[in-house]
Amino acid sequence: MTLTATRPRPGRTPRSLLVTSSLGIAVAAVLLPFYWLIIAATHSSKEIFDSPPPLLPGGHLMDNLSTLESSAQFSQVIVNSLLITVIYTLAAGAICTLAGYGFAKFRFRGSGALFGLLMLGLVIPTQVTLIPLFKMMVDLEWLGTYQAVIMPNLALPFGIFLMRQSMAALPDELIDSARMDGCGEFRLFLKVVLPPMKPALAALAIFLFLFQWNDFIWPLVVLRDAGEFTIPVALASLQGLDQTDYGALLTGTALAAIPMALVFLALQRHFVAGLLAGAVKD
Amino acid sequence: MTTTTTDGVLTAAGVSRPATAPRPTARILRRRAVPYLFILPALVLFAVFKLYPIGSSFLMSLYENVNGTQEFVGAGNYTRALDDPLLWTALKNTAIILVVQVPVMLALAVGIAVALNSTVLRGRAFFRLGFFMPTVTGLVAYGIIFAVLLNTQYGLVNWLLGLVGIGEVPWLTDPLWAKISLGLALTWHYTGYNAVIFLARLQSLPTELYDAAAVDGASAWQSFRHVTLPGLRPALLLTTVLSTIGTLQLFDEPYVLTGGGPDNATLTIGVYLYQNAFKYFDFGYASAVAYILTVLIGILGIVQFRLLGEKS
Repeated sequence: MTLTATRPRPGRTPRSLLVTSSLGIAVAAVLLPFYWLIIAATHSSKEIFDSPPPLLPGGHLMDNLSTLESSAQFSQVIVNSLLITVIYTLAAGAICTLAGYGFAKFRFRGSGALFGLLMLGLVIPTQVTLIPLFKMMVDLEWLGTYQAVIMPNLALPFGIFLMRQSMAALPDELIDSARMDGCGEFRLFLKVVLPPMKPALAALAIFLFLFQWNDFIWPLVVLRDAGEFTIPVALASLQGLDQTDYGALLTGTALAAIPMALVFLALQRHFVAGLLAGAVKD
Repeated sequence: MTTTTTDGVLTAAGVSRPATAPRPTARILRRRAVPYLFILPALVLFAVFKLYPIGSSFLMSLYENVNGTQEFVGAGNYTRALDDPLLWTALKNTAIILVVQVPVMLALAVGIAVALNSTVLRGRAFFRLGFFMPTVTGLVAYGIIFAVLLNTQYGLVNWLLGLVGIGEVPWLTDPLWAKISLGLALTWHYTGYNAVIFLARLQSLPTELYDAAAVDGASAWQSFRHVTLPGLRPALLLTTVLSTIGTLQLFDEPYVLTGGGPDNATLTIGVYLYQNAFKYFDFGYASAVAYILTVLIGILGIVQFRLLGEKS
């Protein structure tokens, strides 16, 4: 769905100015931290805490990057985050899409109960499963590995819910006629069901990407050494140091925001549609 | 719409099966297995990584770690929880956020959504994007940004306040201000998200209602009061319940922003659970706390499904 309304172009009435300028002030307040983050990333730790604080770019971006690299192995951390996020998005995307289709387009014994069971995952807090999952990872000797981060959330209830909602809107005639033509079930899924689902798949992919890219507590629990960390864990570990180099920390924070902002800006219409389909705060 | 299929198994949703089921042949059995094959990967992963830990966590909550060996204590961890002042502090902190931050945030979100929906607004796409940006920002990143911005001595916020003659505010070091800071951070992060939900709802409201109100001579406030607000009711319900569940699970923000301090002023159940499990390695007690949290969220989950089910 698109949120763009088709309306006559607003004129320069006093009311228009009032609404636009008050929203302008509000959005400036919301965006100020982003502006400041970019500025701070180019300053040294000392300059960031100067009075008056820096409001324009400085010349310490390279220093900050090299500090980040030496204190947190940041290039490795970025590689870890990217690999984990991409693998997760593809695998979880496939699993959630298959399940969503199964629940949306088939009537079978236990479908209601099984779907309800999966949706239980939406209301069970992450923290409940944290300790047993951690023990499981210890037993599997997976601590510090990519699969420890990736595996537990592959069957993401929200993703399954999202795909079921979207798949339900697909006309049954389309599927039935392909079936009449003797199309195999899996080929039918790939060739008939998936193509019209592109917007929903985009929404799912963005959601999964952001979820994994930003995830903190689970990677924090299962990753051990700096070279294994994902970006959020690395940033939190830098912040925990006695002598926190804020220039480097904020440069890392800005770097963490870049892929997320790119993914979001490029596909924001799908993302909003995806969020609205389920409207669940992670 | 009636769709009939060859064997009556793969009927479209809502269409009843033919009364006489065909004889089970190998082919039909195979077709019966099809839907299960589609959901199988998700089910297996869910059972292993969600259901099993949920059960295992409950068993764990019945044991206590005594000098490295697990001793069965039955409900001991639960009775301990009832008498644990820190857990009550965590519950109280959560309740305060629920009662203060959630309504403020939702009111703001309604205001923003109404303004975004206004026919006289210019630059709608930019505003929508701007308000939504915080939602996609990772919790650790925004925790760090806020921690530095709200630094008492050196932070930009206190510097700006100083310009207008307001003295240093101890944002993160004073128990009351730390709560306020946490509330501000949460509001910054989630208001745009809720506003988008409201906006979508507003755009699905029939314009005839507003036209009728205008014909009746309703003021802007009256049409907001009598058309917009009732129209938003389902979205309000949804956002309230979601925010409540989110607040109960609150972990990342206090962990990164304040670490639960000062003096446990921002200790949430999530942070307390994490401390017990991964700082004191008291898994049994942490599991009991987790279960208490689950029961709380379960109650709210039931409320959620009841209320939402009622609507549709």
